[in-house]
Amino acid sequence: MTRRVLTSVLSVVAICCLAGAMATAVALDRIRGDGLKEEELYLPSGAVLKRLSLGYNGLLADIYWTRAVQYFGDLHHEKAMRYRLLYPLLDITAQLDPHLIVTYEFGSIFLSQAPPEGAGEPQNAVKLVERGIRENPKAWRLWADLGYIQAMELHDYKAASKSFQMGAQIPGARPWMSVMAAAMAEHGGEPATAHYLWTRLLENSEDTMLKQNAANHLRALQVDDDIQRLEAAVAEYRRRTSQQPQNFSQLISAGLLREMPADPLGRPYTLSPDGRVYVQNPSDMPFITRGIPPGMKPAIVPQTF
Amino acid sequence: MNARIGWIAFNTFREAVRDRVLYNLIAFALIMTAAAVLVGQISIQIERIVVVNLGLTAISIFGIIIAIFIGVGLVAKEIEKRTLYTVLSRPVRRWEFIVGKFFGLTWTLVVNTFFMALGLFAALLYVAGQYTRADLWLLVALYFIVLQFFLMTALALLFSSFSTPIMSSVFAFAVFLIGTFADELHDVAQMLPGVSKFLVNGLAYLVPNFAALNVISQVAHGEPIEPRLIALNSLYALLYSVAAISFAALIFDRRNLK
Repeated sequence: MTRRVLTSVLSVVAICCLAGAMATAVALDRIRGDGLKEEELYLPSGAVLKRLSLGYNGLLADIYWTRAVQYFGDLHHEKAMRYRLLYPLLDITAQLDPHLIVTYEFGSIFLSQAPPEGAGEPQNAVKLVERGIRENPKAWRLWADLGYIQAMELHDYKAASKSFQMGAQIPGARPWMSVMAAAMAEHGGEPATAHYLWTRLLENSEDTMLKQNAANHLRALQVDDDIQRLEAAVAEYRRRTSQQPQNFSQLISAGLLREMPADPLGRPYTLSPDGRVYVQNPSDMPFITRGIPPGMKPAIVPQTF
Repeated sequence: MNARIGWIAFNTFREAVRDRVLYNLIAFALIMTAAAVLVGQISIQIERIVVVNLGLTAISIFGIIIAIFIGVGLVAKEIEKRTLYTVLSRPVRRWEFIVGKFFGLTWTLVVNTFFMALGLFAALLYVAGQYTRADLWLLVALYFIVLQFFLMTALALLFSSFSTPIMSSVFAFAVFLIGTFADELHDVAQMLPGVSKFLVNGLAYLVPNFAALNVISQVAHGEPIEPRLIALNSLYALLYSVAAISFAALIFDRRNLK
């Protein structure tokens, strides 16, 4: 056998065997299935991980942050109702790199909102943001995040007012922080306050995902307000005529509406025979609390992650 | 620097290049390209931070590995190939040989770091679209990483002056590990009573303080580095390296090479 032939044979054997090994690995992965990929954190302590990182904790924090985002994204995509490892992952990330602000900003949103939009763990979200505030005393936005969780998820408007007030005192904080502090103290639970909060967050966020989230909340507030107004008009029609309206045109003819009502995405609302008003597609309307057709689940946040 | 040290340093650098040490640049280039392209797809909001963390960590780890594994073989290889006897038969003092080897390897590492830094800045430009004033602090982090290489090379030479290459690399790596845990050693010392507290504290100050030379996380967040830290780290690395090289020269000078 000449040297040239030997080289060719060995090259072919090597390439074929490598391809075969890769194919076998794919098969092995299928056999093992998801059952073996248990949802566990092998090292649950951020402090230990930081020591083991040999000073390269910054990179490890980035890896853990990415892991947290992927974990949330995967479960969110499956419309999961439980995110068991989300807080531990975020906590480890924060311990590895206490100055990674995104961990607190985004992590608190992932944690605080009720399932399936989030993990439904507002208390853990508060703990996470409070850690962020301790580690980054100049980051006034974290006070806004804390105030948002306290107001929107925990309905503790007194605490929220205090948080906005604390944030407002930090140099560089936007003037609306003081306005929010006052609004929370006086009109905490009112939709107008929520509207003001989401509008400010929409205007002041630099990130597309945060803007999208604020826009979704503003749309939901609009829908909730529309449904309440339309159902009041239906009730008024019933009071005047002692009949249920069959469509919105009758309400327009009666002078109770000016035009055909549509949701913020431009799709007409539907009027049921029993006088209830619904949105056409609640899956496009995250966070709405009214107008969800019977049998349909509350909306899921659009796939932004 | 006298001419003899310069020649030994130059030959050490040439040999390292001939040994394909700089091939690690290819691995680094692949890592940075992959990071720059993929980072936006797998994470959110921290593209710049990831590129800085990954780039500086890779530069540091690659350099430490080269410093240890090439450093421990610098003397042993010359003895094994019997080229050391040729060198020492000329008017070259043994300490000059050690110092020349030190400068040769550190120069190799500086050149290596320079090319990696170019790759890092290119990846940063790709990800962020522009440079900011905060990116200047990366230069300080790179300078500190080079100081780490000085320490590590000096220690590798020190161990190789009296031990075998394998044992020297084990010692050097162990000292690197202990050096990164210097802060923890101080914590342990606080819990100990009497003399043991004094001894452990002494040990914590004796091992090289790699933790102080690591500002990767800070510069990734664009935080400034105190001028005092730059000055003290420079002084520390200079004193520690000179001490380690002096010990290495001292031991090598008395070593029986027959």
